[in-house]
This record gives sequence, C-alpha cells and structure tokens, in this order.
Amino acid sequence: MKKVALNGAGLLVALFAAFPVYWMISTSLKPSNEIFSATPQPVPTHPTLAHYREILTGNLIPGVSFLDFFLNSALVAVSTVVLSGLVALLAATAVARFRFRLRTSFLIMLLVVQMIPLEALVIPLFLMIQRLGLYNTLPSLILTYLGFSLPFAVWMLRGFVAAVPKELEEAAAIDGASRAQTFRRVLFPLVAPGLVATSIFSFITAWNELIFALTFINDQGSYTLPVAMTFFFGRDDTNWGPVMAASTLFTLPVIIFFLLVQRRMVSGLVAGAVKG
Amino acid sequence: MTTLTEVPEAAAARETPARRRRRVDRLPYLLLLPALLIIGVLLLWPLGQVVVMSFYRLNSVRQLRGDREWPWVGLGNYTDILSDPFFLTVLRNTVLFAAANVLLTMVLGTLVGLLLNRLGRKMATFVASCVMLAWATPALTGTIVWKWIFDDTSGLVTWLFNALPDGLSNSLFGRSDWTGYGWFNSPLLFFAILTLVVVWHSFPFIAVSVLAGLKSVPSELHEAARVDGASPWRVFWKITFPLLRPVFGILIVLSTIWDFKVFTQQFVLAGGTQDRPTFMLAIYSYAEAFSPPPKYGLGAAIAVILTLILLVVTGFYVRMVLRQEDES
Repeated sequence: MKKVALNGAGLLVALFAAFPVYWMISTSLKPSNEIFSATPQPVPTHPTLAHYREILTGNLIPGVSFLDFFLNSALVAVSTVVLSGLVALLAATAVARFRFRLRTSFLIMLLVVQMIPLEALVIPLFLMIQRLGLYNTLPSLILTYLGFSLPFAVWMLRGFVAAVPKELEEAAAIDGASRAQTFRRVLFPLVAPGLVATSIFSFITAWNELIFALTFINDQGSYTLPVAMTFFFGRDDTNWGPVMAASTLFTLPVIIFFLLVQRRMVSGLVAGAVKG
Repeated sequence: MTTLTEVPEAAAARETPARRRRRVDRLPYLLLLPALLIIGVLLLWPLGQVVVMSFYRLNSVRQLRGDREWPWVGLGNYTDILSDPFFLTVLRNTVLFAAANVLLTMVLGTLVGLLLNRLGRKMATFVASCVMLAWATPALTGTIVWKWIFDDTSGLVTWLFNALPDGLSNSLFGRSDWTGYGWFNSPLLFFAILTLVVVWHSFPFIAVSVLAGLKSVPSELHEAARVDGASPWRVFWKITFPLLRPVFGILIVLSTIWDFKVFTQQFVLAGGTQDRPTFMLAIYSYAEAFSPPPKYGLGAAIAVILTLILLVVTGFYVRMVLRQEDES
C-alpha cells in the first residue's frame, strides 16, 4: 500500500517534470489542424515533419533562414567554449598545482564573481561594446560569454587538475621533460575528460543566453537563435507548429549535453557541502 | 672579451637558487594572468562602471560612445527612482515573487529528493531522468512551451477548463467558456504562471542536491528512529534537517539569488517589456535603459539597487561555502 503511494507520487512528479518537453516534441510532429483542434490529441495521430521542413527550408526574413541563426549561435557558442576552456585550464593549473600568496583570495574572488547579477551588467557592457566598435557583431557576444563562463569553468576544472596525481608530472620532470612538455603530454590528456565536461557548461551558457544577444545585435542576419525565436515567434497569433519544431531543434542539443554532465553540476555548485 | 663572457656566467651561478625560486613563484601568476584579465575587464570593471553610470544623466547612445558630454546628476537618478511610487510596486513584486518561489522550489525540491531516496532503484532512475529533463530544458524554450500550454484558443489549460462541467465552472469562476480567456492579463495570474514556470525549472536542482545529501547520511539513523516509532515528519525535522542544514543553507541562498533576477522567463511570457504592472527589478532596469527613449543612467541606478540587495545574500553564501571548505 505504502509502496503504491510512493510510486504513484513518483509518477506524478515524472509527469509534471517531463510533460512540457513531451508536449513540445509531440506538438512539433502534429499537422496544423490537429494542433488547433478543439480537443487536443495526447499523441500525434498523423505524425508529420512538415513543420521541420517549413522552418529548415523557408526564409524567416528575405535571405536569412533558421539554419543561419543556428549557425550564428553555434559559432558564438563554440568560440566561447574554446577560449574559455583554454584560459580556464591555465588558471586551474595555477590554483591546483601551486601554493602562492594570492591563491585563497583568487578562489574567493571566483566565488563572489559568480554571484554578480549578470543582468546588472547589460548597461555597462553595452557601453564597452559601443566604445570598442563591436556593436552588432558576433564577437561582442563571444567576449561577453567568455567572461560569464570563465569563473565557473575555473572553479570546476581545478578539481579535475587536482585529481591528477602529482607524481606523474614529477616522474616526467625527472625523465627530462620540460614544464611545457609535462603540461602538454602528461597533464593535458589526463584532464581532457574534465575539460570536456567544463566545455559543455560553457556551451550551454552561451547557447541559451538571451538578454545580451537581444541588446548587442541589431542586424537581423546576425541574430542568435534565442533572439530569432523571441523575435519571430513571440507574436500574438502564434503558429505553434513551427515554433515547437524550432524549440525542439534548439533544445535537443542542450538536453543531450546536459545529461552527459549533470552529475558534476551538483558537486560544482554545492562545492563540498555534502561531504559531511 | 673574457670579462664579457665570464661576468654573466658568474652572475648566473651566484643567482641561480634565488632566480629559480623567483621563477617558480612567478609561474602561477603567469598562468592566472589571462583569467584575471578577462574577469577584471568583463566582470569587475563593468560592475564598477554601472555604479559610475548611475550618477550621470545618459539618454543617448552618442553619450555612451563618448561623442557627447555626460551631465553629472549625483544621486539624482536614485532620488528619481525612490520617490516614484512605481518603484515600490516593482520592489514589492520582486520580493514577494522571490519569497514565494524560493519557498515553493525548496519545499517541492526537498519532497522530490526525499521521494527519490525512498523509491526502488528502477523507479528512482526513471523519475530522476524525467526531473533532469525539466532542468536541462533552456529557460527560453521551456517558457515558450508553457506559453503554448496556456494559449487562449488551443492551449491545453484552456481546453481543460472548457472541459469542466458548465455548472461547476460557472459556480466556481463565473464563466463556462474559456476560449479567448487572457491567462496573462491580470498581474496575479501572470505571476502565478511565472511561478509555475520558474519552479518547474528550478526544483530539479534542489531535488538532486538534497538527494546527494541524503545519500551521504548514514541510513542507520533514520532506520533507528523509524523503528522507535517516530513519524516521518519528526524524522525529517529531528534527524534529516539538522544533518543537511549546510546543504539547505546553500540551496536557499542560491535560489534566492536566482529568483531575485529572473529575466528570460518573464521577458518571454510577457512578450517583451511592455507589461509594466508585472515589472520586477531586473526587467525594470532593462526597460528603463533600452526601451525608447533610452535612460541608461536611470537603468544603471536600478541595476545598482538590485546588485546591493544580492550582495547581502551573496555574503551569506560565501561565508557558508568557506566554512564548509574548512571543515572538509
């Protein structure tokens, strides 16, 4: 009896959590008359890829298609990931491998900086982007997201670097490897899985971001996907079929990446609180 | 010639230990340099700049570019905001929304965490995977889907209310035809739906963190209490909660910080920055600065107020994390 109640509660929670995602995918596969019918169908009775075909082949504005926005977003996100990963690896090595005077201050700063409300930085960063002449360019976003993703990336990577046994590097050094060689040949391959995990977080940060992309980009051809979606699909008489197809294409990469690394997210954010 | 070649060598030989020590000391700073530069230029400098900007009257992009002068107004922007009765509405919206969302997220998240801990292995994996889906969904698309669920013609909720027996619907809500009902028109309903969207998106993190905490607590304690006949309510407050107090502390602070600056969900749900009665601090600051006519100085002052509120909360967070780093 008690077990039934627990399982029932579990099913309710699962339904509440997963339903919107299911509904998004399900709607994207329904023909329009089914979407706008008076009685909603729980599953698509006549599944169709028409909405996907529509957004992938049609132009949202003359000369610009969904794929262009997708590529803009991908370019911004991948550039952010590469730059942030590189810089974070250097900094993480410093804090995980060396004891120096400002080490603790740096770690505290990382924590504090992650708490800065980024929403409060839109105005000053808009000023900076205007002054640098980067307004309306994708690099303005790459630069911004680099700053946003870096503190968490360093915080997370330092754990991975610390987990590599120091003896390996010492052995390499004794065998005559230079510092650079040790870093490249010993530390880097062992930290690579951690770097992948960290990269995914930077990717998600850059891929999902809306406010700054909304503010720094005025030229429709340079819109990232989130801006394009609020701009083209936020209208009143919304055509939900293509909107759900676009949302699905936007969401799926994030969900796949996220599920790969979610375990580390918890340990990263609650930083040692659960070790007891 | 000889002196020229000898002197540096001799100097090098003499200085070697000191120089090596200095080089080892310098390397970590070199490695940190790029990160420090980026954090300094892209996060700390703008944080200072927003304060500076809040003391000026900045109403055009040309001023930002430096083509026109910046008239100093001192605390003028702040007195403008604080003397405007609308600010009180915004502040009330922000605080009440954050309080309600933190409470609901914590309660739901904790309950789900406790539930996951009690379920069988297969069922727990299934439920946890579904919960992860809600967490992984980007705020943007998650909100768009909820907007579709509350669509006033073919949305699921509209259909559900239409499906209620007319008599019941009439006596409860005074209407039986819900087609065309504006779910987002009254501020209270808008906030209720926004709360639903935000809680849906943020309870998974709480649930998973609480579950991780529960797994680290020896289960004998709970079993012993249960054998002694303690009710689940008592077991939670007398055993689970005290053991997980540090986890709960951090989770509450993090949730508070996140719920104070909700932007994307509100922006998408309201369809932009026109719905002033539902403004909260983050969107208020943005709308003042970027909706024409732009008022960057005023927007900056609101951003500073938001930051100051969060600074206090952050102080608690950092203290807690540092205390736990010391303990472990």
